[in-house]
Amino acid sequence: MRMPSEITIKVNGHALSVPVGATVAVAMALAVSKCRTSVSGELRGPLCGMGICFECRVNINGRRHRKSCQILCEPDMEVSSED
Amino acid sequence: MLPTFDVVVIGGGPAGIAAAVRAAECGVNVAIVDDNAFLGGQIWRKSFSLDAHAGEASLWFRRLEKAKVATFCGKRVFCQPEPGVLICEGDDHVLELRYRNLVLATGAREGFLPFPGWTLPNVMGAGGLQAMVKSGLPIAGKRVVVAGTGPLLLAVAAYLRKQGAEIPILCEQASWDKLARFGLTLLASPKKFAQALQLKRELAVNFSANTWPVAAHGTTKLESVTISHNGQTETINCHYLACGFHLVPNSELSALLGCEIRNAFVQTDELQRTTVPGIFCAGEPTSIGGLELSLIEGQIAGLAAAGRVLDAERLFPERKAARRFARHLEHTFSLRNELRTLPSSDTIVCRCEDVRYSRLQRHSSWRSAKLHTRCGMGPCQGRVCGPATAFLFKWNPDSVRPPLFPVRVDSLATCSTPAPENVIGDH
Repeated sequence: MRMPSEITIKVNGHALSVPVGATVAVAMALAVSKCRTSVSGELRGPLCGMGICFECRVNINGRRHRKSCQILCEPDMEVSSED
Repeated sequence: MLPTFDVVVIGGGPAGIAAAVRAAECGVNVAIVDDNAFLGGQIWRKSFSLDAHAGEASLWFRRLEKAKVATFCGKRVFCQPEPGVLICEGDDHVLELRYRNLVLATGAREGFLPFPGWTLPNVMGAGGLQAMVKSGLPIAGKRVVVAGTGPLLLAVAAYLRKQGAEIPILCEQASWDKLARFGLTLLASPKKFAQALQLKRELAVNFSANTWPVAAHGTTKLESVTISHNGQTETINCHYLACGFHLVPNSELSALLGCEIRNAFVQTDELQRTTVPGIFCAGEPTSIGGLELSLIEGQIAGLAAAGRVLDAERLFPERKAARRFARHLEHTFSLRNELRTLPSSDTIVCRCEDVRYSRLQRHSSWRSAKLHTRCGMGPCQGRVCGPATAFLFKWNPDSVRPPLFPVRVDSLATCSTPAPENVIGDH
């Protein structure tokens, strides 16, 4: 296995280094261990990991409701949890 | 605009890849579509740190590349405005695919059951956590309780352990009795028996049958799990709970296209044809049978869709053997009644709309619960709580309507049938 190189993205305004090839869901897990707040105020993170459950949805580069488990991190991406 | 494809395959897991390869090798024009960033589906999901697939998967990927199949990743089919046309939503655009024959290889998802605390962050599906680790989540040194039912738990536990996770216990709800009988059936299939032996060697974790999770605890994220084992409960500290209750077929697209579905499974004939002319189905949507059956069904569907019926027929005996295994799986890992009593009155059942168990108890059908509580009406469209309530309350699923997934408004606009010109301005 080669050593993965890293890129930097922004999560909730803070810089975060993630391995190249990591999904945004992984970045969220590393940074805040939640992706969104539910309609009754619970913290939620990924459940299915494969784009079915929508629990991992976040804001990416100003667009809402993105399924973070299916999207790879890109340099300078700005991600925030859905509150 | 793209050309009309002779064969369009929906789903890039083993069944879809096998269908696309066999069809394209017959010389017809084939496209394959998947909603993830890469082909492979779940079982052939590539680790972020590896450059290429290994083993059997690599052979199929090589054939796929050689066969010049048009590949569309990150595209989600959400409606069929007219027969032969599918609309998919991509990252920032919409893709229209025209087909003569269609192969649905949409795979399966994990079954989930609600219990107190299951909505806490770091409670994930077993396959879900594996997918996260393959996508870059560091797991070395973390304590992971693996729980639920089905052969996937063993594979996930072995994988996580290999990545350096500590697995204090693997909880399987099935009884030892059922598991022992399942073990005997593996003797009839040398390949599967060898796989099982290898898994056992790699596993070396505390495997516990008759055991299931009853509650997850934590404030902002998971801290511990309480399990029930032979009537006793025990609480175990852990970082993650990887919990899945076998698999549920992804049959929503088949239902939308009008294919007959029985007990959640898509009905097919010997050539993997659904009840809709020109539409085939292969792999987990027809029965939960694992990799081997998916590859065989995919090949039959691909060959049949390309018009090579005689070649497809040669694979029938192999499929028959693999289907026997599917039936054993279904029997062994059927859910025990005690699991119906897991939710307490305030346990959330529908995670999208935060609908609690006590509110659902008042209803006699899925339709009634949807209309009065919004259960199953959120973004996942009941993909998680639908199978759960089918088990908890024995409710039957409803019809499927477009769009198949929540989509952007501009995507939806492309799907609507344009009004005839003379209507506008005539009144």
